[in-house]
Amino acid sequence: MASKFTVSNGTGWLMAGPAVLLIAGFVILPFFLAFAFSFTNQRLISPNATEFVGLANYRQLLDVTTVTLEPVRDDAGAIVIKDGAPEYPSLRTLTRNNPDRPDLAGMREWFSFSLGGEDRTYVLARDVVFMTAVINTFIFVLIVAPVQAGVALGLALLINQRLRGINVFRAIYFMPVVVSIVVVSLLWRLIYDGQSGLLNNLLGAISFGMIPPVDWLGNPSTALGAIIAMSIWQAVGFHMVIWLSGLQTISPTLYEAAAIEGASKWQVFRYITWPGLRNTAVLILIVITMQAFGLFAQIDVMTNGGPLDSTQTIVFQAIERGYGKQDISGGSAISVILFVIVLSISLIQRWLTREKT
Amino acid sequence: MKMFTFAASAAILAWGSAAQAQQTLSMWYHGAGNEVESKIINQIIADFNASQADWKVELQSFPQAAYNDSVVAGALAGNLPDILDVDGPVMPNWAWAGYMQPLQIDEAKIEAFLPGPKGYWDGKLYSIGLWDAAVALVTRQAYLDELGLRTPTLEQPWTKDEFMAALDAAKASGKFEYAFDPGMAWTGEWYPYAFSPFLQSFGGDIVDRTTYKTAEGALNGEAAMAFGEWWQGLFKNGYAAATQDPADRDGGFAAGKYAFSWNGNWAALNTLKAFPDTVFLPAPDFGNGPKIGAASWQFGISASSKHPEGASAFIEFALQDKYLADFSNGIGLIPATKTAAAMTENYKDGGPMAVFFGLTEGQALVRPVTPGYVVQAKVFEKALADIANGADVAATLDAAVDEINADIEKNGGYGH
Repeated sequence: MASKFTVSNGTGWLMAGPAVLLIAGFVILPFFLAFAFSFTNQRLISPNATEFVGLANYRQLLDVTTVTLEPVRDDAGAIVIKDGAPEYPSLRTLTRNNPDRPDLAGMREWFSFSLGGEDRTYVLARDVVFMTAVINTFIFVLIVAPVQAGVALGLALLINQRLRGINVFRAIYFMPVVVSIVVVSLLWRLIYDGQSGLLNNLLGAISFGMIPPVDWLGNPSTALGAIIAMSIWQAVGFHMVIWLSGLQTISPTLYEAAAIEGASKWQVFRYITWPGLRNTAVLILIVITMQAFGLFAQIDVMTNGGPLDSTQTIVFQAIERGYGKQDISGGSAISVILFVIVLSISLIQRWLTREKT
Repeated sequence: MKMFTFAASAAILAWGSAAQAQQTLSMWYHGAGNEVESKIINQIIADFNASQADWKVELQSFPQAAYNDSVVAGALAGNLPDILDVDGPVMPNWAWAGYMQPLQIDEAKIEAFLPGPKGYWDGKLYSIGLWDAAVALVTRQAYLDELGLRTPTLEQPWTKDEFMAALDAAKASGKFEYAFDPGMAWTGEWYPYAFSPFLQSFGGDIVDRTTYKTAEGALNGEAAMAFGEWWQGLFKNGYAAATQDPADRDGGFAAGKYAFSWNGNWAALNTLKAFPDTVFLPAPDFGNGPKIGAASWQFGISASSKHPEGASAFIEFALQDKYLADFSNGIGLIPATKTAAAMTENYKDGGPMAVFFGLTEGQALVRPVTPGYVVQAKVFEKALADIANGADVAATLDAAVDEINADIEKNGGYGH
């Protein structure tokens, strides 16, 4: 067989050629360009020459610092209480036009905490929106990866039976995958509508009007959750099919043997099905993780990152900056950071799920 | 099949030689999908092509949502047409980037034009529009009478206090879902176009127009802070909703959900159909004079055009009053000259929308004339959405200023 491969090398390259060319042109080359642009001040449109700026784009995105402030005291030295909490000096006086701390210029409060005492520590970031986008993306991945994989496995087990009309169910579960994500997002925007949406009507009907309508996408505390739920629903069919293919590679003789041994349903799953799905599980986990990091279309159609940045994501920010705000260098830097994040997580996943010998 | 190919190429050859006498000028337009608009622009092109023997304009239409991206992509690929149309506030960006060249048009021809449709950058005329658009405070005479409100006029618009008292009265009447509909569902250019005039009426601006080098003090000064607090109050105090169903934006006023709607002339015809007693009130004066936005789509010539004289000839041809009137009658736009306005159904003296002509003449202020506007508009939109959703006013405006200033610096001052 080995000799045949070497002999047919020319044919092999010919067949791989179109794909290699397309991937090189549309994936590999742009990647290297993005890497190069991220160290410059490249604009989408500009008559100015591109200049090398070193790590400035990364510093702009990732710069974080902390400031610890003492509460405001009145003339008698007592802490001023405002709205039930001690009042702290305005950060604005520190970060704007403050010759004492030029390093803080342009930084904003990301979050703050108190370590017991009266002082409060403020974490300032140069790009709070990007930081929020990173956190949101991680929340999205951490919820979507296990839940989507689990639901898909459950569906795969359900439809992996010889029943009449099972193909109808397979088709129904798979249907959202073949519909364009943009269309699905538009439909779910209507479902989530704050006043007369399907979801609000449904909740109102089953609770006899006890549940008031919720503006699912307009409320910072529900917007990301709404997008997570919709995203899980949309792609679950795809992973169901992969699980199903994994299930069908498990030899039926193992199940027969288990039946003869009198194994319970749980034992069959635990000792035959699950070990047999090992490689499938690794694949699905990595695929979902990578897809989830690329969250963009739903955001672009449904929320545009709002309200109050509650649905900002890394890819949405990369495109918003690179194209919307014509800042190719900033968008490129975000892409490179995303690449490093996804690469490291994939490597960690590979290492955790390696074959232990 | 072969026969067909042969016949087709023969036809193309024949057509090519027939057209050879005329020099072809390519043209891009943003109005694909709008039948009436396409019909008018095609009519102008047909008239122009028939009127002389040197030039032949060929039109390619794009959907508006994809138009700007197409031009940028075309420019990057070195593939722009001779004539293109451009949204007024975007023109300085394209002119600065070297996509456009100044028009070769006799300035006397546009003397009578409203100021909004004239696109000047760097002292030169780069684009010219056949129309303008205006925004008014839309309400019904019946509401004004019922709430006992004075009808504001161009000479004596409502003050901030009068406007807020009107909103209070509408809210207290309990007849409306919300007193005011600013149009929050129309994300995108609507925010800077419709809401930055409020800020300017307070005395602030998106960027400092004396230098165009910074937004510090303009977008986060005292006036801007007052504007921000007022803007947030609209939503916090229940005069308006921060998130709006697009369907409510289109039909909410006609359904009686809102007492006042901040809306453009393009929506006026439908509103008049719903309520014949609709009135279009001038913008309130928040202390620094009443303001509304100006400038709509305009025509210009690409820098790469080899025949700017032909392109200019076409644009000059299109500036005739009858075409200005056609566009106005067709899609409700405000004609750029008084003489054309007199020829239209809606904008002639006593016409149902004539008030808009007065509004745009009396209150209109163009958006900042700078290549950086494209970015500044996005920053401004996000800041206003965040403030409406309850973000801290000072911190949000400061952040917007920082982002705008960083962008200006990254672009070497945008050539100002």
